[in-house]
Amino acid sequence: MPGKVWAVFRKDLLIELRTKDSLNAMLFFGIVVLVIFNFALEGARDSIRAAVPGVLWVSFVFSGTLGLNRMFSTEKENSCLQGLLLVPMDRGILYLGKMLAAAVFMLVAEAVIFIFSMVFFNLTVWKEIPYLILVFLIGTLGFTSVGTILSAISANTRMREVLLPLILFPVVLPILINAVEATGIILNTNDYGALRLPLTIMSAFTIVFGTVSYLLFDFVLED
Amino acid sequence: MIEVQGLAKYFGRHAALRELEISIPRGQFIALFGRNGAGKTTLLRILAGLSRPSTGTVTIRGFRPGTLAARAGIGYLSHNTALYPDMTAVENLRFFARLLDLPCGDAGLEERIARVGLAGRGLEPVRNYSRGMQQRLAIARAFLHDPGLLLLDEPFTGLDQKGTEFLQSYLKEAHAAGKTCVMAIHDELLGYSLADRMVAIERGAVALDLPVASVTLDDFQSRYRALIGDR
Repeated sequence: MPGKVWAVFRKDLLIELRTKDSLNAMLFFGIVVLVIFNFALEGARDSIRAAVPGVLWVSFVFSGTLGLNRMFSTEKENSCLQGLLLVPMDRGILYLGKMLAAAVFMLVAEAVIFIFSMVFFNLTVWKEIPYLILVFLIGTLGFTSVGTILSAISANTRMREVLLPLILFPVVLPILINAVEATGIILNTNDYGALRLPLTIMSAFTIVFGTVSYLLFDFVLED
Repeated sequence: MIEVQGLAKYFGRHAALRELEISIPRGQFIALFGRNGAGKTTLLRILAGLSRPSTGTVTIRGFRPGTLAARAGIGYLSHNTALYPDMTAVENLRFFARLLDLPCGDAGLEERIARVGLAGRGLEPVRNYSRGMQQRLAIARAFLHDPGLLLLDEPFTGLDQKGTEFLQSYLKEAHAAGKTCVMAIHDELLGYSLADRMVAIERGAVALDLPVASVTLDDFQSRYRALIGDR
């Protein structure tokens, strides 16, 4: 099974490296959001660190949603998804491979967006980076665990670009609230013990929704 | 091999199939005819496990369609190639070979590509292929795991004369090798040249079911035309 998950992941990575369809759009959109907030928060430079967690996650989530929207559109071209569904394998493998790819694309976008945010908001965070990586990683896995299955559902509808954010954002709200809170703790308090609660909630959310999505993926893809 | 009893499929209030009954023994080649929207593709999708029946029972070698055991013996080829245009032919086949737990060395894959008449083109992106070349590669992809049941949904669509001849000889070989084939097609002559049985679906049910051995092409055509009329 890990070999097949890896094959699906590697295929998505290969196509993305050749076309750069998702990453270019994700990066462009994420950085534009940062630029807008940079101007909007011009008058609040003294308390900018308090606003950065929210700004960062808005940027991450918007760019991540763009990536998720593309996730199954490549599979719709030439009915590739149909070819995958006919393979005699557990269809959950497809979910895991796709989720992994979505998470990696989003983490790459987040890394670049974060570097730009350090420049725009004049952040010095070298010491906090390991904690931030942990929060970004768990938050991204939680977001993509739900996003991948909802992307598969919305891919079969006519208004998929509009539908995905509408059904995704309410469901991932617990992840987003706790990710913003955890990022705020790291950037503003240095009380790393306080990270335990938001990280536990995010991890539990990721495991529960990841498992449910894995089990339900088979039903989502059939007529 | 395939048993279909009382099969119905509804999309909302529209019945694509209604009370469809058909039994297909192992090794038989069925040509499915019918107007657009008659239910041919819906039937093939249900057999492939891509769509669930609304009512009725379908079994393939005793298994419900869509189960791992049923899917393991099915190859599905339609006019949509299910190939990734930004990957090369070898990469496409290697990807599916990995998912099917088949050997995926370059030599073996190149050999399969050569077998469908694309020798030396394996390292080109599929996007650069013509429609006919893509369909040849789709044949290699769909039948990579040597399935016993071939489901073919208008596989000749868009093929030129050479491509049509190639696919025709490929299907004849498969039939001769004892594979069961169910093919939706509009070309009566082509269907007649390949099939053991000519089946026409009208309004979601089997309306004509004639063995090729007991009917001439002219006779089938006149009965089929009378069935579908000029509506």
